[in-house]
Amino acid sequence: MAKNLSSTHEVRQPSLKRRSFKVVSSQELGVILILITLIVILGATAREKFLNPNTIFNMIRNFSWIAVAGFGELLVIIIAGIDLSVGSTMAFSGLISAMLLVSEFPVPVAVIGGLAGGLLVGLVNGLLVSKGHLPAFIATLGMMSVVRGIVYGVTQGQPVMKLPLGFLNIGRVDVPILGLKVPLPVILMLVIAVLMHMFLSKTIWGYRIYALGGNEQSTRLSGVNTGWLKILVFSLAGLMAGTGGILMTARLGVAMPNAALGYELDVIAAVFIGGASTSGGSGTILGVLIGAAIMQVLRTGMILLGIDPYWQNAAIGMIILISLMVDQLRRRS
Amino acid sequence: MRIGEVNLDQKMTKEPILTIKGISKAFPGVQALDKVDFEAYAGEVTALLGENGAGKSTLMKILSGVYKADEGEMFLNGTKIEPQNPHQAQELGISIIYQEFNLTPNQNVYTNIFLGREPMARGLAGKLGFVDSRLMRQHSEKLLAQVGAHFGNDRLVNSLSVAEQQMVEIAKALSVQAKVIIMDEPTSALGKEEVKVLFDIIQDLKKQGLAIIFITHRLEEVFEIADRAIVFRDGRRAGEVKVAEATTEQLIGLMVGRALDRSQVHERVAATQEVVLKVQNLNRKGVLHNISFELHRGEILGLAGLVGAGRTETARALFGADRMDSGEIYIDGKRVEITSPDSAVKAGLALVPEGRQTQGLVMIQTVEKNIALPNLDALSRNNFVNRGKMRHLVQTYVEKMNIRTPSLEQRVLNLSGGNQQKVVLAKWLASNPKVLILDEPTRGIDVGAKAEVYEIMNELVQQGIGIIMISSEMPEILAISDRILVMYEGRIMGELTRANATQERIMTLASGQVLEAS
Repeated sequence: MAKNLSSTHEVRQPSLKRRSFKVVSSQELGVILILITLIVILGATAREKFLNPNTIFNMIRNFSWIAVAGFGELLVIIIAGIDLSVGSTMAFSGLISAMLLVSEFPVPVAVIGGLAGGLLVGLVNGLLVSKGHLPAFIATLGMMSVVRGIVYGVTQGQPVMKLPLGFLNIGRVDVPILGLKVPLPVILMLVIAVLMHMFLSKTIWGYRIYALGGNEQSTRLSGVNTGWLKILVFSLAGLMAGTGGILMTARLGVAMPNAALGYELDVIAAVFIGGASTSGGSGTILGVLIGAAIMQVLRTGMILLGIDPYWQNAAIGMIILISLMVDQLRRRS
Repeated sequence: MRIGEVNLDQKMTKEPILTIKGISKAFPGVQALDKVDFEAYAGEVTALLGENGAGKSTLMKILSGVYKADEGEMFLNGTKIEPQNPHQAQELGISIIYQEFNLTPNQNVYTNIFLGREPMARGLAGKLGFVDSRLMRQHSEKLLAQVGAHFGNDRLVNSLSVAEQQMVEIAKALSVQAKVIIMDEPTSALGKEEVKVLFDIIQDLKKQGLAIIFITHRLEEVFEIADRAIVFRDGRRAGEVKVAEATTEQLIGLMVGRALDRSQVHERVAATQEVVLKVQNLNRKGVLHNISFELHRGEILGLAGLVGAGRTETARALFGADRMDSGEIYIDGKRVEITSPDSAVKAGLALVPEGRQTQGLVMIQTVEKNIALPNLDALSRNNFVNRGKMRHLVQTYVEKMNIRTPSLEQRVLNLSGGNQQKVVLAKWLASNPKVLILDEPTRGIDVGAKAEVYEIMNELVQQGIGIIMISSEMPEILAISDRILVMYEGRIMGELTRANATQERIMTLASGQVLEAS
């Protein structure tokens, strides 16, 4: 019985202490260090070009849509799935918005139309996985082609241009905050990040999503409707990809049929660099933000340093591999 | 009684084939092993006993090269060994058969036996990586005969029963000319008949001069098969006994450091007559046939039967985990439609499944989150989880069930088996079920934790919960249940009351025979 007393005593103590330190987990800390290292290196080698507000906000503006799509991808990766269709979905949503706009629908309608398109793709992904019992890899691989094919088919390969200024402003307007001109996409990204963070860490859905990724059987046997939950996750992932697609289209000012081609890889890389586990059950929104930032700093940095563009992908691929390997080593020790 | 008994004294004076001296191993926060000694002799079965967390598995993992010891030495045949990995340990002649088998289910028997050590074909073909499958088959046939297996070489492992798969594991261990075979709870997944077959194999291996280290929680097995028993407690060696001279009480005493009060499980308030759960003509094609029974408030209904009799399947169908083809379920007299686990939970059912790590818990998550998972609706407002409420609830149950964990934020994978099981119980108790289904609730947990589980069950029935308990341990079923249903091949063969239940009667029904009218 003496044993019992000491054990209950132990239970109470450490919880408070722990939590105050837990704003940033050690996992995220590692990636932040990588990001800072990259910035320091670039700052030292290309100081005046790299370290001015314009370059920085341009970088953030460009990574905002990767990050937003990454938030959705994170959900899927937490439940130990993968969504390969994000790039196609981004193009699809952007195209729907653009087509509604050139048919002279008002901007809000066009935006909602684009978001609905993303949600629809996600819903189909979810149904294929949940009700059709397809592995996520296969279901979304198929949808990646189907959706991209629809985009090509509808446009016949031609870009949709001449979008109204009201729409373009979503991607281009700067909002002055504390004397800095902060691009609107950055603000939107941060708002969505906060909302998604709350969703994942504070709602019952977030709790269940992590549990589902940790062990599907146990979660189902705990009375969680896992089939429904998967549909929710994929739908949200589609919605996030759609949001990213609209931000991208507004920034570029044109809906290209081959827009966001290959972006799924950047998005997935951002999620994994941000510390999500390939076996599911872990990963955070903050991690995705940092992961996406690393990707963008790399891309911008290499342009600024004048590295041959043809070699840039190889460099990025290697840096992704190195950062993931460092993470693995850290985890094992 | 025991064949080897006459030679026992002789053997004791013999040099042990395996000697472990002063091994220590610490993990963050725990001293898993503290200067332990261990010996095993050729031609003997050494049982290794101890509660979960006593350090048995850690020692075996050090022996088989999975972990490295912080200090201490190991000798095999008088030669110092330091296995760096399981492969090296195997080469040295130490094979370990884990509870969870290491077989590739989609491959056949002989491929599995020689996995990673395939004999190469002669000449150029071998250099190019071609294997000599004929040699492989011949060898594996010999090995299978050695373990008394009756299935063919070409069977796929996933078509074999658990017991047969275990034979493949043993054959695999023999194939590397093992001198020491470690068996980690080899009987936990076996039915009674299968255990007998396993014990015959072990007797055979003994005669062939192998040293067997047998880890188990079932004391009666120690008396049946082991020559010596070494008991660990809290990372130290608590004692060693010659099994022929030992008693159950003595062993339990060494394991827990105090004598177990067996009477506590018997004192029970009688169940009420109020029916809380009624099951009528539950059918699942080819698996369950016309299962009908009633469960009263405050009653423990034991579900007995051999492995594969359909007990787990009944529980799963009842809980909506598997689809039922037909059948009616009533709770508190009201018909409920159970199509999935979430509808079962809403109806007031709870299931503690047989595999706590694979089905009961999210191992990578914390104690807190595991206990909260089925209760999130109650712990939230507008779908936002109330952390304060959650911590309070979890804290309450951690204390109530005496779950030994350094904090609520500890991942359950770091807890011992008994404490993990208490976490599974806690998460369901917190949901205030009307009916609690326990599938092998004490499998693989130590004596002390078992007693605690029984105590919890007693408390629950006093609160009016109806409990269905599936157990393969006859003494447990007999001691705990108010009534016992015995299943055989997906049917309920008969019902026994607490007063008229005996091991013989249960066995008769469980093997498909009808009881004579008494």
